[in-house]
Amino acid sequence: MADTDVQVEALHAALANVADRLAAEKTYLTELDSAIGDADHGANMNRGFQTVLEKTEGMDGEPAEIVKAVGMAIVSEVGGAAGPLYGGSILTASQELDEGITAETSVAFAEAYLEKLQDRGGAQIGQKTMVDAVTPAVHTYKKSIEEDDLPPLEALAKTVDAAERGVNFTVPIRATKGRASYLGWRSVGHRDPGATSTLIILEELLETATEYLDGEEALDRDATSPTVPDDGDDAEEA
Amino acid sequence: MVGLVVVSHSAKAAEGICEVAAQMATDANIEPAGGEGDGGLGTSVDRISAAIDAADDGDGVVLLVDLGSAVMNAELAVETSDADVRIADAPVLEAAVNAAVEATSKKATLDSVVAAAEEARDYRKLN
Repeated sequence: MADTDVQVEALHAALANVADRLAAEKTYLTELDSAIGDADHGANMNRGFQTVLEKTEGMDGEPAEIVKAVGMAIVSEVGGAAGPLYGGSILTASQELDEGITAETSVAFAEAYLEKLQDRGGAQIGQKTMVDAVTPAVHTYKKSIEEDDLPPLEALAKTVDAAERGVNFTVPIRATKGRASYLGWRSVGHRDPGATSTLIILEELLETATEYLDGEEALDRDATSPTVPDDGDDAEEA
Repeated sequence: MVGLVVVSHSAKAAEGICEVAAQMATDANIEPAGGEGDGGLGTSVDRISAAIDAADDGDGVVLLVDLGSAVMNAELAVETSDADVRIADAPVLEAAVNAAVEATSKKATLDSVVAAAEEARDYRKLN
């Protein structure tokens, strides 16, 4: 996917998929947040990504510029901690895409995103926050690309799996960071909303990547076996 | 004069805290930045940035903040501001009163206003 035009087209498609999915999950995310937070995460993320679509519509510059605009829109529109955490991290990490979106730059983006997220929020693994989904996702993506030399689509599928395990990990633990920590033990048994929205976004990035990278992977796949996103969809419905 | 911005999840709380602080320091240059863009509870980077611009007359601005996302959005506003802005690590109302009193003193500097705000961390209400 070296061609900038294709990258920009894929980026717009990814943003549209994420925005559609967040609109569909708005009530679910708000339900999660009403259990352990202030009941606005779904509405905030939906409003944020609708604004992202408005602000990036028709942008045809470099991918890094579009991703930066995504960060700006989220910072301005998404309330709660999600605004600065998602938006601020995307804003900082967008610099890593100056050379376009490749396997290498996307790893650099993911690492910069995680670093800024931890720096800004101060959360560690195990505190029942989005960090519990982002950390295993980023580490899995980096390892899949750099050590295991997997094709990007396969790496992304493993990343989504890792994020999903991270989300499930947030259910039984007690929140010690963020608004949910004020609830103490009452936070146990609930899925963290920020970790869940992270997983949702990654699932849609995988969905979009499948549309755009399918041809590259075709040779490595058994045509009769189910495709990765089908697995993802099944898991989600289960 | 060092400017002050009160960042709270509630627009009413931010305005109320400014009101209390201004009662102790009538001339203080203090701006509220409370609530989200749509008027709900929350904090907004754009609102904080606008308040920093309004409070800044060149001597710097101290931000007094409440919970969680107020801190993060304040940090984002600091990163994107051209002014000399600092966040005080202290309880928001007590710090606002202290900082406003210090800011109106003739000898006040950005450092001394931050220090005055952060003194509020050690205040006890019951002896």
